[in-house]
Amino acid sequence: MTSVRRTSLLAAAALSVAAFVAPAAAQVTLLNVSYDPTRELYVDFNAAFAAHWQQTSGQTITINQSHGGSGSQARAVIDGLDVDVVTLALEADINAIVNNSGKIAADWRTRLPNNSAPYTSTIVFLVRQGNPKNILDWGDLVRDDVEVITPNPKTSGGARWNFLAAWAWANREFGGDEAQVTDYVREVYAHVPVLDTAARGSTTTFVERGIGDVLLAWENEAFLALEELDPGAFEIVVPSISILAEPPVAVVDGNVDRRGTREAAQAYLEYLYTPEGQEIAAANFYRPSNTGGLPAEALERFPALDLITIDDPLFGGWAEAQPRFFADGGVFDQIYQ
Amino acid sequence: MAEATPPKHSARDVTTEGPVVRVVLIAIALAFAALVLILPLIVVFTEAFDGGLGTYFASLSQPDARSAIRLTLIVAAISVPANVVFGLAASWAIAKFEFWGKSFLTTLIDLPFSVSPVISGLVYVLLFGAQGIFGGWLDAHDIDIIFALPGIILATIFVTFPFVARELIPLMQEQGTEEEEAAVSLGASGWKTFLFVTLPNVKWALLYGVLLCNARAMGEFGAVSVVSGKIRGMTNTMPLQVEILYNEYNSTAAFALASLLALLALLTLALKTVLEWRFGDRITGANGH
Repeated sequence: MTSVRRTSLLAAAALSVAAFVAPAAAQVTLLNVSYDPTRELYVDFNAAFAAHWQQTSGQTITINQSHGGSGSQARAVIDGLDVDVVTLALEADINAIVNNSGKIAADWRTRLPNNSAPYTSTIVFLVRQGNPKNILDWGDLVRDDVEVITPNPKTSGGARWNFLAAWAWANREFGGDEAQVTDYVREVYAHVPVLDTAARGSTTTFVERGIGDVLLAWENEAFLALEELDPGAFEIVVPSISILAEPPVAVVDGNVDRRGTREAAQAYLEYLYTPEGQEIAAANFYRPSNTGGLPAEALERFPALDLITIDDPLFGGWAEAQPRFFADGGVFDQIYQ
Repeated sequence: MAEATPPKHSARDVTTEGPVVRVVLIAIALAFAALVLILPLIVVFTEAFDGGLGTYFASLSQPDARSAIRLTLIVAAISVPANVVFGLAASWAIAKFEFWGKSFLTTLIDLPFSVSPVISGLVYVLLFGAQGIFGGWLDAHDIDIIFALPGIILATIFVTFPFVARELIPLMQEQGTEEEEAAVSLGASGWKTFLFVTLPNVKWALLYGVLLCNARAMGEFGAVSVVSGKIRGMTNTMPLQVEILYNEYNSTAAFALASLLALLALLTLALKTVLEWRFGDRITGANGH
């Protein structure tokens, strides 16, 4: 009892200070809660949108950013992080907000074009300069002399896409013979010397520790490693087939209605789909979902490849794929002993 | 030869080792300290100054970095005094009075030492988060605690709770109540007794506790990261900002900010050493009054 009373007293004291410290709300502010690799993208995009909003509405707008693991960011929104828009990695993370807090309407996916995914990405190979092991497609990953770096799909969301992309290639290669497909994927994981818990850990293993011949990575992360980490040390190989990830965005209805920011929040997300927004996404290594009106040079870094989505009958959406492949006792547990 | 060797079973044998053993022991201790303490410290500063002085100060004057520094200072400026007040009150009560539940309170003060900081943060999310016990009420009254300054301060107070009280209790207990009894019998009020008798007796220990409390308050990562919401330029403290910058491959800026925390640690260490050397007896109470 006493500790509760003391806590609330302290909270009250802290609150009065917070009121004193908090800046006056003389202008529109939006909070965008996003996942880790989008930081550079939204630094550029926020500046462009602020200029656009100033021009069209006359209002000065400040967009604050929060980045973290996509799942933990969704958790923070559920726990009350006062956010106007979410731009997360997975549809499931926004659905978690829908189901656990009701702050986003259930039809969010249909409110913006392309399943509310303004940009997409896919899994590609990052290899060492000159591609010394001559790794060109998924089949090369199981050659005796090749070591593959990918994180553990049990703990890493990104790693599940790697797993499913490999599965998709094998399914096409072996004409849907599931035994052969399983054997291939088992063989891939037998070539993984270090199974890190998260994607950043795998990047570090490959780039900084110099372990492995090929890193399975998000295309946007691979470009980042290429251009920022160690220019000239790596190159990207685009396989014949991969998986299409559609990081979704949504307005957080419950919060924008209370804060009176719906109009600005909606305009913010819609601006992502304009040629200006799409070009910024492309410049930050995300594949634009609406290429109309974009200059050819903005797109030339994204070679065409076969892309399969998680909603393909092969996987049947995350609701089906997650338990089948990654739950305890699922396919991954069976092949990785 | 025989003359130089001390007798086999003399008392000195127990405490004095041969020169070789001594050198080896000292070498091991120094090498270990160099490896796990000094080397990392050097790395922090060399990485921070990797891009030269200009880059160092440029990364410290980034708006996000400045905001992180400001937030950390605000958090410390509130949570340290709060814990000083609590620490004084608790140790005064525990050392000078007998009351029911005293040993329970003493145990409770140590709780934050044994609880993982992640849990310390999560309990506040469970209390004040939108899905928490008070979440609905706070939301209805438009009060932000979690993912805002009050939450960060609460979490910091929780983890730094024991520092001041832990320093004061043993000292006050050893000093006993005679001086206070004398003051009261001479007609001093309770407040005057505290101000002119108790407080001067413990001031150095108090300062010592404040130092440790402050270092931890500014450096706390785990509990704060749970309740922060990680909004750039708003709710990122220095340790959180260091991690974010590092994860963004911006290691120069990360280590620049880290070097400030390292400086704080060195300053704390220096002040702590001065206090121990100058007022050691009055801090530990070992040779007290």
